[in-house]
Amino acid sequence: MEAFIRETGKAVVIPNDNINTDIILPKQFLKNILKTGFGKDLFYDWRYNDDGSINESFELNKPEHKGVSILITGSDFGSGSSREHAVWALTDYGFRAVIGGGFSDIFYMNATKNGLLPIVLPESERSVLRQVKSNEQISIDLPAQTVTYNDNTYHFEINSQWKEKFINGEDDIDNTMKFEKLISKYEQQRVDFG
Amino acid sequence: MSKTLFDKIWNTHVIAGQIGEPQLLYVDLHLIHEVTSPQPFDGLRSTNRRVRRPDLTFATMDHNVPTKDIFNIQDQMSRLQMDTLAKNTKEFDIPLAAIGDDKQGIVHVVGPERGLTQPAKIIVCGDSHTATHGAFGAIAFGIGTSEVEHVLATQSIWQMKPKTMGIKITGQLPKNIYAKDIIMGIIAKHGVSFGVGYAIEFYGEVVEKLSMEARMTMCNMSIEAGSKTGMVRPDQTTFDYLKGREQAPKRFDDAVAYWSQFYTDDESEFDERMTFDVSELKPMVTWGTNPGMALSMAQRLPGIQDENDQKAYDYIGLHPSMKPEDIPLDYIFIGSCTNSRYEDLEIAANMMAGKHLAPNITAWIVPGSRAIRNQAIKNGLAKIFIDAGCEWREPGCSACLAMNPDKIPAGKHVASTSNRNFIGRQGAGSRTHLASPAMVAAAGIAGHFVDISSEDFV
Ligand code: SF4
Repeated sequence: MEAFIRETGKAVVIPNDNINTDIILPKQFLKNILKTGFGKDLFYDWRYNDDGSINESFELNKPEHKGVSILITGSDFGSGSSREHAVWALTDYGFRAVIGGGFSDIFYMNATKNGLLPIVLPESERSVLRQVKSNEQISIDLPAQTVTYNDNTYHFEINSQWKEKFINGEDDIDNTMKFEKLISKYEQQRVDFG
Repeated sequence: MSKTLFDKIWNTHVIAGQIGEPQLLYVDLHLIHEVTSPQPFDGLRSTNRRVRRPDLTFATMDHNVPTKDIFNIQDQMSRLQMDTLAKNTKEFDIPLAAIGDDKQGIVHVVGPERGLTQPAKIIVCGDSHTATHGAFGAIAFGIGTSEVEHVLATQSIWQMKPKTMGIKITGQLPKNIYAKDIIMGIIAKHGVSFGVGYAIEFYGEVVEKLSMEARMTMCNMSIEAGSKTGMVRPDQTTFDYLKGREQAPKRFDDAVAYWSQFYTDDESEFDERMTFDVSELKPMVTWGTNPGMALSMAQRLPGIQDENDQKAYDYIGLHPSMKPEDIPLDYIFIGSCTNSRYEDLEIAANMMAGKHLAPNITAWIVPGSRAIRNQAIKNGLAKIFIDAGCEWREPGCSACLAMNPDKIPAGKHVASTSNRNFIGRQGAGSRTHLASPAMVAAAGIAGHFVDISSEDFV
């Protein structure tokens, strides 16, 4: 997994609350056996009109937002189905971090496994970030746990183990296999009634 | 020290890690299906890893299954996903119930039915409705695709311990009010996110009297309340359900003695507690585009409070102060891991016996598994549905998520026993109204929703 230490990049604001995984990546795109290529289908129903043409008024489609890497959104982002494809679609599009008022548990976990940094900030701070213009940048410093925009620097919380994973870009399974002896020991003592 | 049911199971599964940090837990049962497993198996292959415990893994096909003509898979991607599952389970030596197999069905229906779902286990699946299995007094939750790969490789999973919430169900359950109405009533009252960060335990006298099927319905929709896990303590009802099932423990009495230690010692141990009284509960129906947008048959559709309400009304094509009876139904769907078990079909069939569908209704009845389908044919339920004019289908997820040919057409209203009424969930532009199997069946006959708790019915 790609490590995340610091990111300075352009941001796009999609301020809606309750953006669920059906909106992030509609289910017709789950019928795939690969992990890549979902970026073009991100926010499909919002990005494209019924006839398949591009919805020019949607933020992501505006030329000035090309190359964004930070998404600023509302509360309760990523609820609904557990599809990890939603996270793959965001990373495949080029997002490295999502700043919201809150994330569903499953989405948050999925994000931590794919190098997409979920950042929870209160509404008062997000309302400042929402003023970001297309020619401005936002900086995220994971070791310092801060988000900086112009003169404003905000602190965010992240569990220390996940923080380390992001910084090292560690593969989960390798990490767990350090505990292989304990897993085997558990298996030997595990209750089993046949 | 007294503990909750959740704590007791959690504590017996910790391999490493401290409370307050992610802990490594052993997984007793890993259920897989065709949609969320191809990438994990691909990952295993590319890193030269094996499945650690194929014997603790079980695979079935459900999301993509065409339920009308089960072997006739038109969609190339559906076929590819199912073929890939067959290939992967063969390569990695995992038991598979493929289409046509008499063990095949919706993953959350066949786990319990096989006797694989058992008390005090930790059960995971790459699907958010895994909470269903918590009805047996297990910790069961949905996981993401990377986690599926992790569990395949290590038979363990890192989790932060959630807080616990006890929901005590009190009162007398009125006639024709079901577990579906209880959970929908709770979500209507408290919203779709009150459970975020909590493992919910349902308890109290009402729950004790519920069948396993009904408990599964309640736990299934814990995810619609924002919680990954819903559970009910294991009791005699649980043990009776499991006894004699194919995968139930051979030393069954010893297992029961072990399982019997798993209960919440004292309700004051829950981090959060709430009570829900069912005595005055009326049949529940959703009007909008999330499961919290629900009302009882005694109410009128709510006014527009905010933009979300406005959007929901625009999509659903209804307007405030209509009665649930006024919703112009076109379809009924009885199926999904919420309500497609034998008991659900029996309740629905009782509503339809000797009657015929209203002329405006198309009805799809989709049993949750091959075993349920066979039993329903044998006991005459299938005939009741067919005589009533319903389409009697093959087992699968069907119109619950419409990833298969079963799609409700755009603009059409469907009374559905499934769990999600999100925009486009049952087909692009489809308009979903969730309700219990009895309500949906009665709506099929009447041509619109009817209050089945009223005197005409009881
Ligand atoms: S029936 Fe519906 S909710 Fe259940 S597993 Fe299938 S798609 Fe998911």
